[in-house]
Amino acid sequence: MLWGRGLSGFLFAMVAAAAASAAPPEPEHGNRERGKTVFEACNGCHQVGAGARHGIGPHLDALFGRRAGSLDGFRYSSAMRRRGKDGLVWDAATLDRYLQKPRRMVPGTRMSFRGLSDKRAREDLIAYLKAATASAPASNPSAPSPPRPEIGGAAMAIEGDAAYGEYLAGECVTCHQRSGRTDGIPSIVGWPREAFIRALFEYKSNVRRHQVMSMMTANLGNEEIAALAAFFSGLDPQ
Amino acid sequence: MTALTRRCFGMLAGAGVASLAAPSFLRAQGAPHVVIVGGGAGGATAARYIAKDAGEAINVTLIEANPQYTTCFFSNLYLGGFRSFASITHGYDTLAANYGITVVNARATAIDRQARAVRLADGSRVAYDRLIVAPGIDLIYDSVPGYSEDATGIMPHAWKAGPQTQLLKSRLDALEDGQQIVIVPPPNPYRCPPAPYERASVFAHVLKAKGHTGSRIIILDPKPKFSKQALFSEGWEKYYPGMIEWYGPDVHGGIKGVDPAAGTVETDFDTFHGALVNVIPAQRAGRIARDAGLADDSGYCPIDPASMRSMMDENIFVLGDAAIAGDMPKSAFAANSQAKVAAMNVRGDLIESKVFPARYANTCWSLIETDDSVKVGAQYAPTAEKIASTSSFISQTHEASEVRKTNYEESLGWYAGITADIFGA
Repeated sequence: MLWGRGLSGFLFAMVAAAAASAAPPEPEHGNRERGKTVFEACNGCHQVGAGARHGIGPHLDALFGRRAGSLDGFRYSSAMRRRGKDGLVWDAATLDRYLQKPRRMVPGTRMSFRGLSDKRAREDLIAYLKAATASAPASNPSAPSPPRPEIGGAAMAIEGDAAYGEYLAGECVTCHQRSGRTDGIPSIVGWPREAFIRALFEYKSNVRRHQVMSMMTANLGNEEIAALAAFFSGLDPQ
Repeated sequence: MTALTRRCFGMLAGAGVASLAAPSFLRAQGAPHVVIVGGGAGGATAARYIAKDAGEAINVTLIEANPQYTTCFFSNLYLGGFRSFASITHGYDTLAANYGITVVNARATAIDRQARAVRLADGSRVAYDRLIVAPGIDLIYDSVPGYSEDATGIMPHAWKAGPQTQLLKSRLDALEDGQQIVIVPPPNPYRCPPAPYERASVFAHVLKAKGHTGSRIIILDPKPKFSKQALFSEGWEKYYPGMIEWYGPDVHGGIKGVDPAAGTVETDFDTFHGALVNVIPAQRAGRIARDAGLADDSGYCPIDPASMRSMMDENIFVLGDAAIAGDMPKSAFAANSQAKVAAMNVRGDLIESKVFPARYANTCWSLIETDDSVKVGAQYAPTAEKIASTSSFISQTHEASEVRKTNYEESLGWYAGITADIFGA
């Protein structure tokens, strides 16, 4: 853990040094405060800061200088792992390209985000990420998790029946492919159980707004949601 | 597998083998046999789910006349030039190779309910313990006087995807500026309620893209209103002003008939000429279901809302467009949803696997113009009388273009998802 952090920090320093030596220092375009607001579209899936863990997406601590698809304990798409092996490393330039249109830069990524076409918004977001992730707050694992509103608590407490979940999943896999492939509809395969339960409750309560999902979750009770979470969290993306 | 279920399906298998006339189809000796007639959205899904969930405990045979299946859903996108024909055509190889389903490429001609066997065009018989009937629709050609099967080469219906769809596209693409299209939609109930109007939209898209601003699309509807009407009307005005004219029966007074040779549609109000006339006649359950006595006077097949089991025969389930599914529309999404309920009940019958309460859903996306797609959807639950809608939504007029674009991308995702769910991936 410590070693990993040290290496990430080292890589970050290297990348920063390389950038500094190869070109005149990049002026800081982005505005961190505005970037924090932009990040609200991301934080349903990605955690940063003290105690950040993998959720639906990988945590972003020590992001800059990190090889793509390289963190332990997160089930990346094979496309993302391949890009990492081929040398993709996250920095301001690669993030800018990726965030503009993720599926164009990494076809097959399971990140369900269409992209940020607004250049300034990307600069703001990257400035925020640089500040929020480079301080490597994961170095303090004993720090409490960031407070998250209580949601889906009753379903969280139920041990989901995966067999029931598999039957109920018939409703989901008409659109969300069981293989984990995405072709315009997000993958829901292999999400952490808590993240899955949380997402369904957020659709059910219209915290997340989507016509189809709010309809599909309207008739799901705690048992059903727990069952679906048990089933989908147990699947591995192909 | 528990000892109980093993003993149980062993007992049933005895009955199955006794009545089996074509044991060459058998995969696992002694396992009960499910036969599915029709390899569309309902039938193929049912085959895959039974085979996937029961493994070798049930033998599954899928009988389908066509070696490849072109989906009616998304065929309007092919007409509009948004998709290739190949991209909406699917084979059965994965179902056979990965799920052990016996795919019989033959036409099923009759069901012998007494003997529990399906007769094929070559005279051979396939015995079943449970039968799933998913033949889709038959067109009632003479519901439009003057129209006939022979006339479909001149006035294509393209309501069953395949050569008819290709013919309609070639006719559309050959139109010259100023030439008129006439569409005669079907009366209710019919396959895919918004589709005639999505079709008008993609026709207009093609004409507009070619600069054929002098062309008109006339819709002579036997119905006083139609699916997603406010959304289509708004879209037509926005994208194709003056190009699409829709007339309900209060204006045209009734469709009196068509003259294929003259290219005309006669109504009480006037006679309309089209360089292309797209006649979509009235519909009913596929013939094999009606001949087997599974349909009622409506021409469609009544089912038990909780299981999709035929009200006429407890060994038979009817799915998709052929069934009377209460509030559910006749759509691929609905058929796929019903298939999972039927598959679960078939397994419950034959190997006593657990049967959960039925749940049904449907969503239909319709493309109005590039990157502008609208949707309607509902969830359903069985009541004593019918499959009843429990919650629903529909796109709103005046929505942001970003919302509509997201809808379109979602529809592409749905197509990839449902075809993987139907044909295997």
